[in-house]
Amino acid sequence: MNNSITANLKLSFIKLGVLPFLLILAIVVFSILSSNFLTVDNFTNVARQSTYLVIISIGQMFTLLTGGFDLSVGSIMAISSVTTAMTIVFFTTIFPDSVYLVILVGLMSGILVGILVGAINGLGVSLFDVSPFIMTMGVSSTVFGIALYLTGGVPISDLPDEFSDFFGYGTLFDVPIPVLITLFIAFTMYILVSHTIYGRYVYATGGNIKAAKLSGISTKKYLFMAYIICAILAAVAGLLLTARIGSGEANLGASFPLESIAACIIAGVSLRGGIGNVQSVVLGAFFIILMQNGMNLAQIESYLQIVVIGILLIVAVLADKLREKLLDSTKI
Amino acid sequence: MSQKIILEIKNLCKEYFSITALDDLSFDLGEGEIHVLFGENGAGKSTTISIIAGATKATRGEVLLDGEIISLDSVQAARSYGISAVFQEFSLIENMTVEENLFLSAEKNTLGLLNKKDLHDAAVKILHDLDFDLNPKSKVAYLTRAEQQMVEIAKAFREDSLRVLILDEPTASLTDKETQQLYKLIDKARSKGVGIIYITHRMEEIDYLADRITILRDGKFITTVNKKDVCETELIELMTGRVIDQIFPDINYNPKDLLLETENLKTQSGIVKDVSIKVHRGEIIGLAGLVGSGKSFIARSVFGLDKALKGKVTYKNENCTNSTPKQMINNGLIYLPPNRKEEGLLMDRNSIENISLSAIHSNKFSNYTLINAKKEKEYIQVLADKLSLYPNNITLSPKHFSGGNQQKIMLLKSLIEDMDLIILDEPTVGVDVGTRSVIYNLIKDLCEVGKAIIIISSDLPEVLNLASKVYVFYGGYIQAELEGEEITEQNVLNNFFEKRNNLHEQ
Repeated sequence: MNNSITANLKLSFIKLGVLPFLLILAIVVFSILSSNFLTVDNFTNVARQSTYLVIISIGQMFTLLTGGFDLSVGSIMAISSVTTAMTIVFFTTIFPDSVYLVILVGLMSGILVGILVGAINGLGVSLFDVSPFIMTMGVSSTVFGIALYLTGGVPISDLPDEFSDFFGYGTLFDVPIPVLITLFIAFTMYILVSHTIYGRYVYATGGNIKAAKLSGISTKKYLFMAYIICAILAAVAGLLLTARIGSGEANLGASFPLESIAACIIAGVSLRGGIGNVQSVVLGAFFIILMQNGMNLAQIESYLQIVVIGILLIVAVLADKLREKLLDSTKI
Repeated sequence: MSQKIILEIKNLCKEYFSITALDDLSFDLGEGEIHVLFGENGAGKSTTISIIAGATKATRGEVLLDGEIISLDSVQAARSYGISAVFQEFSLIENMTVEENLFLSAEKNTLGLLNKKDLHDAAVKILHDLDFDLNPKSKVAYLTRAEQQMVEIAKAFREDSLRVLILDEPTASLTDKETQQLYKLIDKARSKGVGIIYITHRMEEIDYLADRITILRDGKFITTVNKKDVCETELIELMTGRVIDQIFPDINYNPKDLLLETENLKTQSGIVKDVSIKVHRGEIIGLAGLVGSGKSFIARSVFGLDKALKGKVTYKNENCTNSTPKQMINNGLIYLPPNRKEEGLLMDRNSIENISLSAIHSNKFSNYTLINAKKEKEYIQVLADKLSLYPNNITLSPKHFSGGNQQKIMLLKSLIEDMDLIILDEPTVGVDVGTRSVIYNLIKDLCEVGKAIIIISSDLPEVLNLASKVYVFYGGYIQAELEGEEITEQNVLNNFFEKRNNLHEQ
């Protein structure tokens, strides 16, 4: 009896990876530590808090799948936030009566700027063969500098209430709007990655770029597109966060590059490219926010929280290595 | 040759699982002797030297040095007995200098601190003794392939106590001038009493260097002969012997219209210098030649992997010079590369994805955007059954399959869409006999329904038995074009190497 349970656990570990186990463990532990943890209110809260990281991590996953990564997602959030805020403020003074149109134009401008940054990353990595590390780090610094320069380091407030009311605090059937947007993005991206030809080509490019080329795939195009998609999603997250805090800020994305990579790694995305999926990444990002939330409720000191997150990342990677070994040993 | 015997090989056997790679091999090596191991691919030469160099453990049998049994557990152990090997694959670290490479793992040090001066002096001495014109301070990455070969050889000489030197096709990538230099070096080593085990396919080299020749075939020891007692023809006869012909099917060639033509092609890699070939539907074209002769790069160039600088590629009566792989695949031409891991397969993705990858953009099991996974799987399962993929589970990724079955997965890529021309580059490297026969029968079927096949192979019997026309490459040119009755081993081999007269002219 005991044996079959261990065997089943082992099998599901091989199949699902370590993340589901960590999630269950976290929920059990925090439920014991704090009575406020396992409540609908708290989980709604976690869901809303996690939206930003979930969206960015999905974007990050695209670059990881192609064998790269994007260190500039934080700066993209910053520049999009600042651009959108400035555009909205500027046009509000000219067209004070058409608030919604102004907001729409603002959002578009933020996303366009994000795409522009993504295109620079993508061109560097695909066309000029610069390593993703250097390229996105350089771009990150440049773009962050521009965002700071544009704002002088001061948040741009005076955004119309309608903006924050809808994108920051709005609900539909009691579900927060940002959560709905995140669900929509996650679903679309899941279809894109797992059920379309595009997705296949992304996996192939990251899995073995030479074999992909020899199979007739324009690998440069898919490398480039990965950075564009990552940038669009980072920009969207940046705008949602801007709506939440009610001002355009250059500093709002600093922690996201590493957190999004961590979320992907915990979710089993390979740093070498070619392995990973949207479902797990959503769980991975959700897990990190859930940990932070749980530790807050359990009144664990914030400095210690950083330690715990670091350890978890390493544990997850070690577990993934173990899983690979098990997988290999069970081969035919 | 009446010198004393230094190395004796007795009843050496090597079995991989149930496959016998080497069966009861015995020979000996004299002091100052050059002993050539001769045989076809897969005859067991590499296994033999790998065992003597300590890189592989023998299943049975023993190696005696000066009459005493030695245990060759590791390359280090072999080296400590004075046995050094220079394999075809270099083991140099490109970002390190020549001297650093020379003493890798034998660094001169005091309590862990490197004695760089001593190391440099020792390197200078070795290079001077060998008369190699190399700067010990230059980075290996900046050296030519020949110079890297010299470093590799110098490495073998770093021990003063070198007794046995193993050279595996050392001249394969050398120019004639460099080859001459290597010969001098070999003479020098020989005069010092070093015994040399030498693998080569080149008749000139055997002529020039060998004292004795041991012939291997299908892992079996055939005979050891004195060079002066045999002629070239006899050697080739001994090497090939009775080949098991059954694994090759009889093919009814039915050449039809011209499909592919290259005219005076010269490519960017510099490997193809001036090549014109013609391929018709219903034909199997064999491309033979040494590594680097251009037999592979002509195909890569046609497929868009090596840019054409001069000349023209015509495919289906259209100028297709410098097309991309994508364009060629869409036009019914696919190239399956020789190295499955590096260029052929996505080792971590499942076999279905691998097999459908080059054809998934068509509407076979997608509506051009969304993939119908069920239809895809069913379609590919039928093909996998046809090639008897083992284990018959296409949801596994290629890394879980044996080499032969990985090769089947690659081949399946060319069957999804109706291809007109399939180019197979070394389709049976590391593939067992059973799978070979499956692959050969597939090639036969494809040819007989009117497709054109190009087989690029270092495995001579494969080319001889399957092709209806053979181009033999040497040094970026076609040295011979053989058809029908002309396709004999002798004719192909005669053109494998630079013509003898040319060699002497230089």
